[in-house]
Amino acid sequence: MADITDQIPERIPINLIVNGVRRTLEVVPWTTLLDALRDRLELTGTKKGCDHGQCGACTVLIDGRRVNSCLTLAVMKDGAEITTIEGLAKDGALHPLQQAFIDHDAFQCGYCTPGQICSAAGLLAEGHARGADEIREVMSGNLCRCGAYPNIVAAIEQAMSRS
Amino acid sequence: MNNFQYSRASDVADAIRLLAADPNAKLIAGGTNLIDLMKENVERPSRLIDISRLPLRDIEETADGGLRIGALVPNSDLAYHPLIEQRYPLLASAILAGASAQLRNMASVGGNLMQRTRCAYFYDTTTPCNKRSPGTGCSALDGLNRNHAILGTSSSCIATNPSDMSVALAALGALVHIAGSAGERTLALTDFHRLPDDKPHADTNLGSGEIITAIELPPRGFARNYSYLKIRDRLSYAFALVSVAAALELEGNAIIEARLALGGVAHKPWRSLEAEAALRGQAATPDHFGRAADLLLQGATARSHNGFKIELARRAVVRTLMQATSATPQSQAHKKIA
Repeated sequence: MADITDQIPERIPINLIVNGVRRTLEVVPWTTLLDALRDRLELTGTKKGCDHGQCGACTVLIDGRRVNSCLTLAVMKDGAEITTIEGLAKDGALHPLQQAFIDHDAFQCGYCTPGQICSAAGLLAEGHARGADEIREVMSGNLCRCGAYPNIVAAIEQAMSRS
Repeated sequence: MNNFQYSRASDVADAIRLLAADPNAKLIAGGTNLIDLMKENVERPSRLIDISRLPLRDIEETADGGLRIGALVPNSDLAYHPLIEQRYPLLASAILAGASAQLRNMASVGGNLMQRTRCAYFYDTTTPCNKRSPGTGCSALDGLNRNHAILGTSSSCIATNPSDMSVALAALGALVHIAGSAGERTLALTDFHRLPDDKPHADTNLGSGEIITAIELPPRGFARNYSYLKIRDRLSYAFALVSVAAALELEGNAIIEARLALGGVAHKPWRSLEAEAALRGQAATPDHFGRAADLLLQGATARSHNGFKIELARRAVVRTLMQATSATPQSQAHKKIA
């Protein structure tokens, strides 16, 4: 194909601060942040669902903002601070959202849960959502095929009221 | 995704130089649409030029009282910016009607203008598509065309522009600032996107070596009487079947100024100066709104599955203008349509 480069690009060294720890790795340009986290850094808490930004299972926080890691190139995030589900608990204590998801039974199979919780952490940091309707609206980028939505909203309301 | 080379632009001039050096290169900012299209093999750039670190993130007041918004301002930052919320709430509302919170955090203003159609045949590389592969034909003409355009179509393409933000920008009379090797230029937002005619591969009038640097809002923000109504198959995180941006300036019940744009119905945000002129000087009543809707929808034609959009758009226009008149804009969280 004429539009495809003949050369395999050099691997590019990047630094990521992942859950507070500096990690250095070399990536080819088309490595997504999701694949770098899962396959290179062995942080498999972040899930690959649709791989097209439609399901939200891959949600992580970059510099405190929730994003789809499947649509993010790792090389573009050199120097960024990444928070994944593995980085939310502190000193053995669950993050209030993790505890709230348990309290409200806000999952069944659990596959979407890391993305739901990271997305909810972003939601709390943004501070725009007030009440269940607004929580539902700004959580619409996270699908739950088990249909645990009412409990997810209740869990986020609990964490919001205590934060 | 195909293999590609990666460059990080050091400034706008560097980005323009890198673009000129490689005709198959593409700019990347938020990447939310481009990476997706690359995963689908619809886009196969030889090089990505990373512009995400360029200093195009300011929102500044202009001398005439408008706003200049850097091309790299994330969609969410724009929607929640105090000056946008206070002076251009129509724009804030339209942005928050689109995509998901995560995507709005990533996507840039310039990238929103550059996003490509969500026509299923454009995405499906096993089917003919004049937009993806010029000259191969249009699968939507006689295919599943429920989501497709009813205005400004051609025999080559009936795809729609998917942006919500652009519909509000069209109604507000926004400008697009562009830089290229020949210098800088400015286009009206309504001239930035184009109709498909016989060249549907070109979504916009942006030159191949050019970069969007900013969008500019004129001073008039219609902050009191406005509404953005988006009709879609699910309540959130879906593209519009029909959307309406309406903005009015009223004196009592008399319309001093009117702006009206449709999304989800054409290859570009659809605005009709004739429809707006017909509203000026009239009373803000459903009858006059219906007449404006008829003018806005003049020439609408349906294919086999999208005929419902014509009546839907007409009713949505009237409803949105009523919401604007009563200063009760459509909420993007509470979905009941008042």
